[in-house]
Amino acid sequence: MSEFNVNEIRADFPILKESVNGKPLIYFDNGATSQKPRQVIERISSYYTHENSNVHRGVHFLSDQATNAYEQARTTVARYINAAHSQEVIFTKGTTDSINTVAFSIGETLKPGDEILISGMEHHSNIVPWQMLCERKGTILKVIPVTPEGTLDLEAFDTLLSERTKLLSIIHISNTLGTINPVEQLIKKAHQVGAKVLLDAAQSIQHLPIDVQHLDCDFLAFSGHKVFGPTGIGILYGKKDLLDSLPPYQGGGDMIEQVSFEKTTYNGLPLKFEAGTPNISGAIALGAAFNYLSSLDLQGAFQHEHTLGTYLRARMREIPTIRFIGEAPETCSTLSFLIGELHPFDLGTLLDKQGIAVRTGHHCTQPLMKQFNIPGTVRASLAFYNTTEEIDQFVVALERSIHLLS
Amino acid sequence: MSKSINQIQDEIIEEFAMFDDWMEKYEYIIDLGKELPLIADDKKTEDRLIHGCQSRVWVASEMLDKHLVFTADSDAIITKGIISLLIRVLSNQTPEDIVKSELYFIGKIGLQEHLSPTRANGLVGMINRLKSDGLKQLTS
Repeated sequence: MSEFNVNEIRADFPILKESVNGKPLIYFDNGATSQKPRQVIERISSYYTHENSNVHRGVHFLSDQATNAYEQARTTVARYINAAHSQEVIFTKGTTDSINTVAFSIGETLKPGDEILISGMEHHSNIVPWQMLCERKGTILKVIPVTPEGTLDLEAFDTLLSERTKLLSIIHISNTLGTINPVEQLIKKAHQVGAKVLLDAAQSIQHLPIDVQHLDCDFLAFSGHKVFGPTGIGILYGKKDLLDSLPPYQGGGDMIEQVSFEKTTYNGLPLKFEAGTPNISGAIALGAAFNYLSSLDLQGAFQHEHTLGTYLRARMREIPTIRFIGEAPETCSTLSFLIGELHPFDLGTLLDKQGIAVRTGHHCTQPLMKQFNIPGTVRASLAFYNTTEEIDQFVVALERSIHLLS
Repeated sequence: MSKSINQIQDEIIEEFAMFDDWMEKYEYIIDLGKELPLIADDKKTEDRLIHGCQSRVWVASEMLDKHLVFTADSDAIITKGIISLLIRVLSNQTPEDIVKSELYFIGKIGLQEHLSPTRANGLVGMINRLKSDGLKQLTS
């Protein structure tokens, strides 16, 4: 492992050499999805070239190969997040699918009046599955308010948390505000009242070291594509005893032990939660993404990202009429902002013309937009392959856009 | 006699041919967008609103002497600029011509990206609304 060098890292990501609208691409939309290193791209290609077969059922050579690679990927993910057992790692379609799995399965064990606690800064995918559960089961959804600076109202959290709380489902890092939530403290307190905790790590797995045993979360959900892996694959981590005690989410192939018309019995972990032929190439390539991360000086990469985030905020403060949406003391390298009365769509369109990819809109957090009374924001979200030079060019392009629109 | 839809489209294509780069093009669109609101504030009602994910568009229409007259507005300037081009092409035409029109100028002046569903800026919805307003007149 060599010391972190951003130019060497950039060479691993072929797409960063692309031009957009005649300009070198500056990709600041990592919160939406990350780019892929060639190690991941090549792994998908080599899987389909040499190993493609269905898993867990063939007696032939290729099926063995594919099954081994698939299960090896599970072990790789388990090691990366420090799960105690690899069966605690379930392959899903992504964060949304992982949360829906928990919402359904734990939902089957809940009674009317039981409470689910989320926060005001959740992504829609950590709101809607719980609302659907509440409609099905008569459970009650409680929401931890967000302060004007974009942090959780911890006093309100203490009041909302009670013996009735069965599950706290909380975002680790806000995709809109960049706020890093004090999840260790929240998890401890939730456990004190007997509640389980689901951590939405969609925006933290790529920015922070994640150790599920240290965090002591009961579930953890994230998407592969935001952590340098492919789309359509994600992870649900759950503590073994807990997953064992829950009913399966979907029924079908792979998740069964015995099927008869009289009675069907279910497979053990992890397959109990993996009905149907899984996204085999996706899982294997996600394993490759984590192998790639493990091959890096990750501490150096995260430090570089932190430096970028600080530099971005400092440069952006120079712009008159800038307004940051989210000014928490602890943030990652994601920054949402507005400039004067300018519409985010106009700014995003003009930045795109200058080769810069940002996200504009409500970022799937409409309740948060409502709280701040804004239609949306412009969001720049960085990854460790971004550079301070790109930030400088971004600021120049932004100033040019502001000039055109004013 | 007033100009036909295609004559106006060709005019716009010719105007845009003068621009050398995206910046000049967008400066022009932004200037169009900055002009006074194209629709009165009291007409910005929910039933005239076309929901886009990012920018909102309001459209109103009325029949004047066998011609359909459109007014519209948006909260984003670039969207508004493109709207003013669409209005220039389709407003003051007969419902029949509006319904059968093919809006080829958008692609020719390099703005087709704004009609992609991912932009979600309400323009696709707006064009559908303009045409369906025309259709309503034909079938009523």
